Amino acid sequence: MKLELRGITKRFGALVANDNINLTVEAGEIHALLGENGAGKSTLMNVLYGLYRAEEGEILLDDKPAHFAGPGDAMKAGIGMVHQHFMLIPVFTVAENVMLGHEETRIGGRLDLAAARLRVKHISDRFGFAVDPDALVEDLPVGVQQRVEIIKALSQDAKVLVFDEPTAVLTPQETDELMVIMRQLKDAGTSIVFITHKLREVREVADRITVIRLGKVVGEASPTATNEELASLMVGRAVDLTVDKAPATPGAPALVVSGLTVIDPRGQALVNNVSFTVATGEILAIAGVQGNGQTELTEALMGLQPRVVGEITLDGKSLRGHSVRQVLDAAVGFVPEDRTEDGLVGGFTIAENLMLDRSHRLPFVKRFNLQLALLAEFATAKVKEFDVRSQGIDTPVGRLSGGNQQKVVLARELSRELRLFIAAQPTRGLDVGSIEFVHERIVATRDAGTAVIVISTELDEVAALADRIMVMYRGRIVGIVPGDTPRAVLGLMMAGEPAPITPEPTTPAPTEGAAA
Amino acid sequence: MSDTPPQTPPGSATPPAGSPGKPASRRDRPQTDEESRWHGVFREITSGSAIISVLAVVLALLVGAVMIAVTNDDVQESAGYFFSRPSDLLGDVWGAVSGAYSALFQGSIYNFGRGSFAEGITPFTETLVFATPLIAAGLGVALGFRVGLFNIGGRGQMLIAAAIGGWVAFAVALPYGIHLVAALVAGILGGALWGGIVGLLKARTGAHEVITTIMLNYVAFYLVSYLLREGFLRTPGSNNPKSPASKETAVFPDLLGPDYNLHLGFILVIAATIFTWWLLSRSNLGFQFRAVGENPNAARVAGISVQRMYVYAMLLSGGLVGLAGINQVLGTTTSGFGATVDSGIGFDAITVALLGRSKPWGVFAAGILFGAFKAGSFSMQAAEGVPIDIVLVVQSLIVLFIAAPPLVRAIFRLPTPGDTPLRARPIVVKEVAAK
Amino acid sequence: MSTIAPVSVPTQPTPPDDGPKAAVIRSWKTPIALGVFTVLGAIMLVGFGRDGISTMVLSTTSDLIQLPTVDLPTRATGIVVSLLLLAIAAGSAWRVRNSRKTPIWLSGVFAFLLLLGFLAWASAGASIPIPGLLFGSLSLAVPLIFGALGGVISERVGVVNVAIEGQLLAGAFTSALVASITGQPLLGLLAAMLAGMLVAFVLAAFSIKYFVDQVIVGVVLNVLVSGVTGFLFTQLLAPNAATLNQPPKFDRINIPFLSEIPILGPVLFRQTLIVYIMYFAVIAVYFGIFHTKWGLRLRAVGEHPQAADTVGIKVAATRFWNVSLAGAIAGAGGAYFTLGSVGAFGKEMTAGAGFIALAAVIFGRWDPIRATLAALLFGFASNLQSVLSIIGSPVPSEFMLMLPYLVTIFAVAGLVGRSRGPAASGKPYIKS
Repeated sequence: MKLELRGITKRFGALVANDNINLTVEAGEIHALLGENGAGKSTLMNVLYGLYRAEEGEILLDDKPAHFAGPGDAMKAGIGMVHQHFMLIPVFTVAENVMLGHEETRIGGRLDLAAARLRVKHISDRFGFAVDPDALVEDLPVGVQQRVEIIKALSQDAKVLVFDEPTAVLTPQETDELMVIMRQLKDAGTSIVFITHKLREVREVADRITVIRLGKVVGEASPTATNEELASLMVGRAVDLTVDKAPATPGAPALVVSGLTVIDPRGQALVNNVSFTVATGEILAIAGVQGNGQTELTEALMGLQPRVVGEITLDGKSLRGHSVRQVLDAAVGFVPEDRTEDGLVGGFTIAENLMLDRSHRLPFVKRFNLQLALLAEFATAKVKEFDVRSQGIDTPVGRLSGGNQQKVVLARELSRELRLFIAAQPTRGLDVGSIEFVHERIVATRDAGTAVIVISTELDEVAALADRIMVMYRGRIVGIVPGDTPRAVLGLMMAGEPAPITPEPTTPAPTEGAAA
Repeated sequence: MSDTPPQTPPGSATPPAGSPGKPASRRDRPQTDEESRWHGVFREITSGSAIISVLAVVLALLVGAVMIAVTNDDVQESAGYFFSRPSDLLGDVWGAVSGAYSALFQGSIYNFGRGSFAEGITPFTETLVFATPLIAAGLGVALGFRVGLFNIGGRGQMLIAAAIGGWVAFAVALPYGIHLVAALVAGILGGALWGGIVGLLKARTGAHEVITTIMLNYVAFYLVSYLLREGFLRTPGSNNPKSPASKETAVFPDLLGPDYNLHLGFILVIAATIFTWWLLSRSNLGFQFRAVGENPNAARVAGISVQRMYVYAMLLSGGLVGLAGINQVLGTTTSGFGATVDSGIGFDAITVALLGRSKPWGVFAAGILFGAFKAGSFSMQAAEGVPIDIVLVVQSLIVLFIAAPPLVRAIFRLPTPGDTPLRARPIVVKEVAAK
Repeated sequence: MSTIAPVSVPTQPTPPDDGPKAAVIRSWKTPIALGVFTVLGAIMLVGFGRDGISTMVLSTTSDLIQLPTVDLPTRATGIVVSLLLLAIAAGSAWRVRNSRKTPIWLSGVFAFLLLLGFLAWASAGASIPIPGLLFGSLSLAVPLIFGALGGVISERVGVVNVAIEGQLLAGAFTSALVASITGQPLLGLLAAMLAGMLVAFVLAAFSIKYFVDQVIVGVVLNVLVSGVTGFLFTQLLAPNAATLNQPPKFDRINIPFLSEIPILGPVLFRQTLIVYIMYFAVIAVYFGIFHTKWGLRLRAVGEHPQAADTVGIKVAATRFWNVSLAGAIAGAGGAYFTLGSVGAFGKEMTAGAGFIALAAVIFGRWDPIRATLAALLFGFASNLQSVLSIIGSPVPSEFMLMLPYLVTIFAVAGLVGRSRGPAASGKPYIKS
C-alpha cells in the first residue's frame, strides 16, 4: 500500500512539533525517517496512527484521503505500529495481547483463545519467530516482546508497518535479526516506515531516507549517502562530536568495586559479580545496550539498591550499605539517567532544586531553618555559571527545556566538592548545543582530579568522553578496554563477545589509559 | 532462570526524557510509579485561582437552596397550583430559601435579633468554636497532602487522642496549668501514635495509607468503645459508655469570659497554623516533605529518605488531628465523652484541607467557613426546620466543584486560562497561572 | 521476612555469556505466621482453657434430614486442636527449609481448625446453632459481596472506588422510597441499581473527564450521599414513614431439593430473590472478567490504558460505563439493607459496609471469587460476634467487630501475602 502524508502540522501549545511535513512511502519499500531526538518523528507517526489529531494536512492511502479518529481506524485501514515503548499488557499472555481489540468469541461470549493461539503460531512460524502464545509477556525478553508487537500488527493484516525507534532496546545481534525481519516483511509486500536516529541502521536497511529536523523535512537521501552527509542533514551543521580533551593523567584509584552483585526482588542477579576501579582524573565510560545492568550498577553505587553483595570503596572507605545521603555526603555527585523523574522536582523552583541534595545541612539549613537569602544568592550565581536560560531562579524547573533542566542538575551536583562523579546518560534527549556544554563540564570535572563514570548507550558519546571503556552485557563485565577501541570491537562486546585483545588490568598504570 | 538478559519489563522501563518535539510526553503517559500519581492532584489542590473557590461556594449554596425549596411544604403546596398563581410559588421559594440562609447567617455570624453588639456577635464566637477542631484536623490532613499522603484516618486519630488525653484529664491529679499541658500533650501524642502507625506501615511494607487509615478508624472506634464500656475510660458505677468529666484543672479556659464558649483551643489552632506554615515554607523538614510530595523519586535520589519522611509526616499529621481530638475533650465536651466524640470532624477535615488548597492559612479560612456552616446549621434547623445534613451536602459540593475547575468555568462560562488544549501540558499551565 | 541465599560469588572470573543466576529466595512468611497463630491459639485454647461441653447444633428444626448435635469436651478439643496447629506449622517450616512452598490448602485446614477450636472454646457450656450462624453470616455478607463486586469491576478497569459506601447508601435509600411508593420490591431493586449508577456516574465523570483524584471524589461522594439521604430522610421519609418508608420485603423462596441439603441447604437455598441474584452476579462477574471480550478489554484498560488505546479500545468510555455498571451492582447491595433485611431506611444505615467491601476487594486481591470469600469471612466474623454475645462470649464483642479491619491491615501490609492490584488503578489516563 502506498502511504502519503501531505502538509501535516501538529502544534502543542506554542510549540510546533510538525511543520508542514510531506512524506511518501511507496508500496513495499523501507522508508527511513531520520532525525535527532525530539525532531518530531514520533509525533508525526502518532498523527498517522490516529493517536494525535493534526491541525493541518491530510493522510492518503493509495491516493485516497483517509481520516483516523483513533488507532482503531488506522488499524482498519491497514496501518500497524511497533511502538518504542511496547504497547503490551505485561500480565496478559501473548495470545491475549494479540487478540486484544479484535477478539473472536465462541458461544456464550467466551473468548476464543484457541483461535488466537493459532493465529500467533501461524505468523510466528511464517517468520521464524518462535514465540510461545501462552507465555506471559512480562516473562519474555525484550527482543521477543518486540516480536509480539510485530505479530500484533501483522495479525491485523497491516499493509504499512511503522517501527518507532525499534533498536533502542536491542543488542546489536537482535538488531541484525530485526533487519532481517524487516526485509522479509518488505519482500512480503509490506511498506515499512523505520524511525530512528542511528545512521548505520538506516544505511543498512532503508530504500529511501527522509530527514527531519525541528519538526520540518530538511531533505531526502539515498542509503548510499555517507554518514557525514546524513549527520549534517540531521543536526543542521557539520557535527563534530569529539570533545577537546587532553590525555588523562590518572592518579591513585579512587573508586574500587569488587565482586558487586545486585539482586532484584525476584532473585535475579541484575549485576553479577562486577569488579572494576576508577582512578582520580580519569573518565571510565560504561557502555552497553540499555538494560544490561548499567542502571542497577549506578544505583548500587549510590545506595539506591536494597540487595547488594560485594564491596564498594571510595578512597579506601566503604560505601556499601550506606544510605543515599551518606553516599552523597562522601563527596559523590550523581546525574541520574531520567532527569525529570529522578533528578528534579518539577514543581520546585530552580533555586529549590539546587539545594535538593543539601536539605539537611549547612550552608542552606541552619537549625531547621532554610537560609533563603543565601540560597537565592547561590542560585543566581549558578544559573549564570551554567548558563541556565530561564525567567529567573524562581521559575519551576518543569517549565525549562531539557537542556536547561540538565544544566540545573549539573549545577547542583558539581557545586559540591567531589571525589567521584557519576553521570548516567547525561545527554539523552538534549540538543547539540547542550550536549557540547555537558561534555565540556564532564571533562573539566575529570581535569580537576575527580574520578568520573559516564554511563551511555550511545557509542558516539562513549568514544568522545572515555579514557577507558567498560562494556556490560547481561549484568557482567565483558571487558575493560582503552578509550580508542574501534567501534566494531565495542559493538561485538556489547553483544557479549569478549574483546579480541587482552583486556588491560582493572587498575590502570598511571601512564596508561590515555585516549589517543 | 532462563538465559534472558536482565531487562526491566516494558511497563516499568521509561527511557528517554521528554523531548522538545513532544513537550508533554512525560505527562501524557499514565505514570508508572505508584507515588507519582499524586503529582497532578496536589498541584491541582494547591494551585488554582481564588475565583474558582468563591464560585464553588456560590454554586454549592445554590444547589442547597434548590434542595431546601423543593422539600419545603409551602413550596410543594403552591407548586400544586403553579399555573393559576405562579407568584405564590416564587414567593414561597424565596421565603424558604431566604429564611433558611438568613437563619444560617444569623446563627453563624451576627444575630440582628439581639440588642447589644456583645450579644449579637455571640454566633460568630460559636463559629470560631466549631472552626477550632476543623482547622486543627484540616491542617493535619493538609500536611499529609503536601507529602503525598491521603490521611483519611482523622476519626481514628481524634478518638485515640481523646481517649489518651481524656484519660489524663479525668484520671490524673495535677495542678492547674501543668495538668492542661499534660493532657494536651498526651492527646497530641495519641493522635501522632495512631497516625505514626500508618506512616510506619507505609514506609516498611508499602501498605497504602488510604486503606490503613480507613481500617484504623474502625479499629480505634471499637477499641475506644470497648475502653468506655469495660476499660479504663469507663465511668465507675455507670452503664453508659461514656467517660468521666475532665477535671477542672485540665479544661481549656474561656477566652471571652463565661458568656461565650470560645476557649483556649482557638489560640492553640492559630499557633498550630503558624507552626504548620513555618514547617512547610521555612523549615528544612518541610522542604523535604514537599520534595517527597512533588516527586518522591527525585527526593530519594537526592538523599532524602522518603520512608522516613512518610513516618514523620504521618506523626505530625496525626498530632495535628490529635489536637482536634483533645480540643473536643478539653474544650467542647468537657463533661465526659463517648465513642462519637470526633463527630465527623475527621472527614470534614478532608474537605477543609481541599478547600484551603492544603495551604496553612487557606485551611484556616476554610475551617472558619465550615465552622460557620456548622454553627449556623443548628439555628437553621431550629428556626426553619431545615435538617443539618444540608451542610454535608453543601460542603461536599464545594469540594467537588473546587476539584474540577473546568466544570465551574463551564457553568459560569468563564474563559479557560492558558492554551486551549489544557491537557497537552496541564500541570505546567496551572503552575504558571498560580504564580 | 525472607532470606536471600546470595549468588555464589565465584573466585574465578566466569565467562560473560553465562546468564544471570537466580538466587534462591526462601519465604519464611507462612511458617512464621502459622507459628504466631499457633502460639496465640494455644495460649487461648490451653492456657486459658475452659471446661465444659461445647454443643454444635447442625440442623434446623424444619430440615427433612436431621443431623445429630455434636458435643465436644471443650478443654480436650482445645488441646487436640493446638497440637494439630503445631503440627501444621512445623510441617510448613520443614517444607520451607527444603525450599518448598506451603500449599494453600494446608493454610486453609489450619484456619478451619483454628476457627473450630475458637468456636468450641467460646461456646463452652452452651450450644451454637451452626446453620443459624452461617445464615446470619451470609445475610451480613450479601451487601458486602455486591459492594465488593462493584469494587472489583471498578478497580479492574482502573478507577479506585472508595464510593462503594455511598453507592450502597444511595441504593438503600432509593429502594426503600421506590418500593414503598410502588409496593413492588423489584422496582425498588431496579431503582437502587439506578441510584448506585448515578453515584458512580459522578465518580466517573469527575475522575475520567476532569481528572480529579479518584480517592478524593470517592470520599467526598460518600459525604454527599450521606448528606443528601440524611436531608431527604429527615425532610420527607421520617414525617411520612407510612407512605414513603415502609417498603415491602422480598419473600423467601425455598429452592426444592437444594434447600434440604444438610447444613448448606437452609443457609444457601432458603433465601430471597436478591440473594439468588447475588449468586448469579458473582458467577457472571467472574466469568465475564476472565473469559469474555468485555473482561479482557476491561482488564487491559486497567492494566495499561495506553496499550488498550493503541489497539482501538476507547479508554475513557470503557472506564465510564464499567464504573457505572459497578455502581449499579453496588446499588443492588444497598437494596438488600431495606428490601432484604432491615425493612425501613434509616440514616447512615450502611454503617461502613462499603469500606468493609473495599477491604474485601483488596483482601480478595481484585478477584471476584476471592473477594466474595473475603466478604463471607467478614460477614462471618461480625455475625459470630452477635451470636457469641447472646451465649455470653468470653471475648469482648468490640474485638470481634474489629477483626475484619485488622485482617485487612495485615493483608495490605503484606503479612498475608503481597497482593498486586491492577497496574493503572487510580491513575487518570490523560491523552494528549
